Amino acid sequence: MNQYRVLPGPEHFLPPAAASMGIRLPNPGEGHINGVIVPEEKAYEEAARQFLMAKVPTIFPGPLVLWAWNDKAAKKATAIRHLYETLKECVQPGQKAMLIPMPDYRPKYPKINPEIEINPNHPNLTIWHNKIDCCMFVGVHCHQANLSLKIIRGGTSCYTVAMCAQAGHEDAMLSFRDASVEKIMRLAEWVRKLKGSVKVSQVISKSGASN
Amino acid sequence: MADTHSVIGTKNKKGQTYTDTWQMMNDAPRTPSFFTGSEVIKEALRRASCDVMIAYPITPQSEAAALIGELFAEGYIGDYFRGESEFAVMSQCAGAAFGGARVFTTTAGPGTMRAMENFPMWAGARLPIQMIVTCRGINSPLSIQPDTLEISYLLNTGMLVWHAETAQDFYDWILKGYMVSEEPDVHLPLALCCDGFFVTHTKDVVNLTPVDMCLPPYDPYRSPVPCMDMECPPVRMMRDPFVMKSNYISYATHASWQQEVWAAVERSRKHSIHWLNGLIETENTDADVLIVSSGTAVSQGREAIRLLEEEGIRCGLVKVKTLRPWPGEEIREATKNAKYIVVPEFNVTGWMAKEIKASIPDSDRVIAAPHVCGGMTMPPEIIVEEIKKTLGMRTMSLAGRGS
Repeated sequence: MNQYRVLPGPEHFLPPAAASMGIRLPNPGEGHINGVIVPEEKAYEEAARQFLMAKVPTIFPGPLVLWAWNDKAAKKATAIRHLYETLKECVQPGQKAMLIPMPDYRPKYPKINPEIEINPNHPNLTIWHNKIDCCMFVGVHCHQANLSLKIIRGGTSCYTVAMCAQAGHEDAMLSFRDASVEKIMRLAEWVRKLKGSVKVSQVISKSGASN
Repeated sequence: MADTHSVIGTKNKKGQTYTDTWQMMNDAPRTPSFFTGSEVIKEALRRASCDVMIAYPITPQSEAAALIGELFAEGYIGDYFRGESEFAVMSQCAGAAFGGARVFTTTAGPGTMRAMENFPMWAGARLPIQMIVTCRGINSPLSIQPDTLEISYLLNTGMLVWHAETAQDFYDWILKGYMVSEEPDVHLPLALCCDGFFVTHTKDVVNLTPVDMCLPPYDPYRSPVPCMDMECPPVRMMRDPFVMKSNYISYATHASWQQEVWAAVERSRKHSIHWLNGLIETENTDADVLIVSSGTAVSQGREAIRLLEEEGIRCGLVKVKTLRPWPGEEIREATKNAKYIVVPEFNVTGWMAKEIKASIPDSDRVIAAPHVCGGMTMPPEIIVEEIKKTLGMRTMSLAGRGS
């Protein structure tokens, strides 16, 4: 049995790709938590729990949902907005839900403004600056999402969730696959369902995000 | 916007029906046909819904490249032209794939080597180009004859690398190859290799799928990277930051990028097993002696096993289908009971034996022989001789048995 688990970091100077450590992607109807395949419903519950436990739960929408390049993208964007509003309603005083876009993948030098965006090449800057301890990627091209997820795992203690429209992401701590409007709305339902039942994490790590 | 599933059941401009690939490859009736390997490449491509093929002449793939030109003239290929060199061809393939096309090309020997810079670029850019490699000699003095040394150079490019034994493998794997390499979690180029002349220029009975069925078109919107955009990676990254910037994050991003390419090779494992019915094929793995190899060395191994059986010596076989992803776990399991693992190869360095040694416990069980190269044939008798020698049996000495 594979012993490697995809856990919050900081993991390593250069953490391995989870796929190279034997972590496999879920099949349709499944998700994964820490690299272990689970029924999708369990992944919803855990993602909602992680959101509500975090001090700064954050959604990172990427270009596939930020631009209305087809009807489906526009509907997904509306669903993501709904998830964010739900999250804002459900968090407790002292928690701060955020929505920070990843508008494109251009490497930006000398550096990005971490207040307003996240970049796949140095996502840790946005995580550190905003003390984000749980984030969800949605609408990010898979290659760039994996880059980011690996760098975040390497240098921060942020819990990562991937709402992927394709096959999912092993490099996230929790991943859905075949993301749709319905799935995003289902996650919002779970956030509402768990409202008030989850204790907020109190620990702040040296890497800027809480555990 | 193309949607693969929505077009299934509809017809293309040649009247072929876009068909679910699993159904086409596994359920549709097959017609036995007597073809050379080159003709088989043409027939596979006729059914591959290929957008662009770019050609350049080099033996022994020239015939296939020319035959695909005929397909273009018949209207089965979206675009077809000859590049200025192999390097140009592979760069042009990248351009077509960046633009969202299903791309095909063929090369061989020195052509593969000349174009080498492009292959890690293809993989890094996540371009699911399919390249047929009809292996031949690469070193001076010039040889156009079969030799698989060039495969060893492809193994660390980040491409998927498969090695076909027969023309039937070739036909099926061209079509199935697109299914694996175009998966969004894989999305890598595929080098589909065969032993030049032995496969390309000999005729064999190949069971073809119906000519009125073809693959669903490539859907570039499932790509893990955006279509070409001069402001976005990988294009922009090629012209500045990763190269020009010297700082930790620039290096770390590049490192993470490389890891992601190899993660995609790992992810191809699941899909390759699904489409190829496993990464290896085995016979009699409970025997004390196993022949393990890929390509036509496997065919010679089969004949050697038949000769050994006539003498009452039992020998098993492992055919390695995919070199990347490397079936290390499968080979460990298949060889766990073997006392001797004989690895015949058509190259001078014995790269296959090295790969196997690195994958199994007690690697001194591996006999990296016989090797032939430079176009020499590998008579099954020299495999038999190697096995008998390994078993401590008296054997007749054969001339020209290589290293």
